Amino acid sequence: MTARVRGGESWRSLRVGAWLGWQIESNWTDLFLFAVYSVVKPVAGALILVFMYLVVARGGLENPLFPYIFVGNAFYIYVGAVLMGISWVVIDDREHYGMLKYMYAAPLNIYTYLIGRGVAQTAIATVATTITLLFGVGVLGIHIPPGRVDWGLLAGTFVLGLAALAFLGLLLGGATLLTARHNYFIGQGVAGALYLLSGVVFPLDVLPRGLQWVGKGLPVTYWLEALRRAVLGDGGNEALRSLSTGTVVLVLALSTGVLAVASIVFFRWAERVAHRRGLLDMQTMH
Amino acid sequence: MAGREFSVETQDLTRVFRVKRREARGQGREVVALDRATLAVERGELFGVLGPNGAGKTTLIKILATLLSPTTGTARVAGVDVVENPWEVRRHIGMVSGGESSGYGLLTVEENLWMFSQFYGMRSADARERIRELLEVVGLADRAKTKIYHLSTGMRQKMNFARGFLTDPEVLFLDEPTIGLDVQTARTLRSYIREWIDEHPERTILLTTHYMYEADELCDRVAIIDRGKVLACDSPAALKRGLQGEVVFRLKVDGDRDLGPLLDGAGGIERFTHAARDGHTEIDLILGDENALVPVLSAIQGAGARLLSLEKREPTLEDVFLRLVGRSLTAEDGGGDELPRLRR
Repeated sequence: MTARVRGGESWRSLRVGAWLGWQIESNWTDLFLFAVYSVVKPVAGALILVFMYLVVARGGLENPLFPYIFVGNAFYIYVGAVLMGISWVVIDDREHYGMLKYMYAAPLNIYTYLIGRGVAQTAIATVATTITLLFGVGVLGIHIPPGRVDWGLLAGTFVLGLAALAFLGLLLGGATLLTARHNYFIGQGVAGALYLLSGVVFPLDVLPRGLQWVGKGLPVTYWLEALRRAVLGDGGNEALRSLSTGTVVLVLALSTGVLAVASIVFFRWAERVAHRRGLLDMQTMH
Repeated sequence: MAGREFSVETQDLTRVFRVKRREARGQGREVVALDRATLAVERGELFGVLGPNGAGKTTLIKILATLLSPTTGTARVAGVDVVENPWEVRRHIGMVSGGESSGYGLLTVEENLWMFSQFYGMRSADARERIRELLEVVGLADRAKTKIYHLSTGMRQKMNFARGFLTDPEVLFLDEPTIGLDVQTARTLRSYIREWIDEHPERTILLTTHYMYEADELCDRVAIIDRGKVLACDSPAALKRGLQGEVVFRLKVDGDRDLGPLLDGAGGIERFTHAARDGHTEIDLILGDENALVPVLSAIQGAGARLLSLEKREPTLEDVFLRLVGRSLTAEDGGGDELPRLRR
């Protein structure tokens, strides 16, 4: 079989997966309600964070920690969306829609299909993140002058980070092929661990030394550090201050590469096991 | 078989499932779903696999459709090994599983089918035309724009049936395609299956069923399978001809009676089944010759049962199955009030 045929199948799988994902994500209500939901949800999320910060941390909005937390939290929206958006497809297609076996019996590239399904979640996360950031700048007074944003760094690291999240989603998707209803907890657990360990709201410096090292091994940490440097001019983590921005991006690229290889190898292994054990059409929760 | 072109070939195909210790409940921890099944389906055939529930039919289809690995043995579909090159196999096949209501509920019938056609690289306009044709066939033309969460289970099943034929695959696997459908719909789908294979002589269908009449009516050849083993494989007519030296009777006696021990003791019976139905007991007998009927009738009379009807009938595939296995095709359906089938 030629690479051209494989390429065509991969592209079709991505395209149709993205179309399907968008239909599922946007079709549950009418357009107006969907638009309201898309705006209200991130604003509500931002307000919760602000109140937690003001009440629990007793900090002021002018404290330099606040933009750190706010920007980290805004971009963290992608982590949950992409991670769960891709991995949850496996269990949703298998158990809710009963379609995974038909996907596996069709000439599609399952990797690009799953990533395609995550595209809709990514698009929705983009809207949410943008609204959150605009709310932060416009209402909460976070200082992000467009002229001082490093747009090149922002775009480059943004794409790299999304790739890392997509591969992490595939990794979880592989685990989902082999597990029953526990996927939701695994996904939530991983997303929660990343929230704690990647410096989303707590700088790495406040974590115990052992957890700091775990955090330093995660691509999401470098992604958020690079994004903050691009947007705010400062990553905010003392533990990473000694690294130049180029080094942060390099570590992000390398860790994404390692994650890509690991997730594909793991997913293929999980597929083989699922084929061997007859798990592609198991029903455990619906 | 040299020189023939086979769309599906299996050689000693075996699938063993491991059962978890806590689920084994004192029984063996291995279940043999397919036991050295060897089949060869020629291109252009409508080939049936007939067997009761749990016979291994779905396991066979799952392996052929690359959804499940065999434990041992080989399987080739469209000349391609399903284990060595599953991706290539998938370009040649389609699959429909009956009794399922799968599909994306938020999409319309048309969208569900269109989406699937795109995975196969169909041109969108061609796909829409084909969808229109198939929805006419399955009687869903007026539901094309309906989101499928509004559809009944039967309607979803019809949509899935249409999905299987959408791309006119080289090899189509139909796993109990009419199970659970009403009589009229099942008849319509069966006639479309026959029509499709007649119009596409280069295509092949492998159909599993536990409906004897479906296999008899539709299939060019039938493999009879039970407990994972292929017991016989031939045309329905040839299989039935195998019973030519024997006679088949159906008797009805009054009351709900366990006549097993009594029939066990009667001579000349090759095979029998008996089941309670609507306040009477129905007995199917395969006898070595007609003379064997007399002692059976005497025994029944001796047991105080009243004979309601007696019918000598042509052998069916059900009788072939009974002759081969010693119980009826429907014995393990779980839905009836059948008494245990006995083997002599």
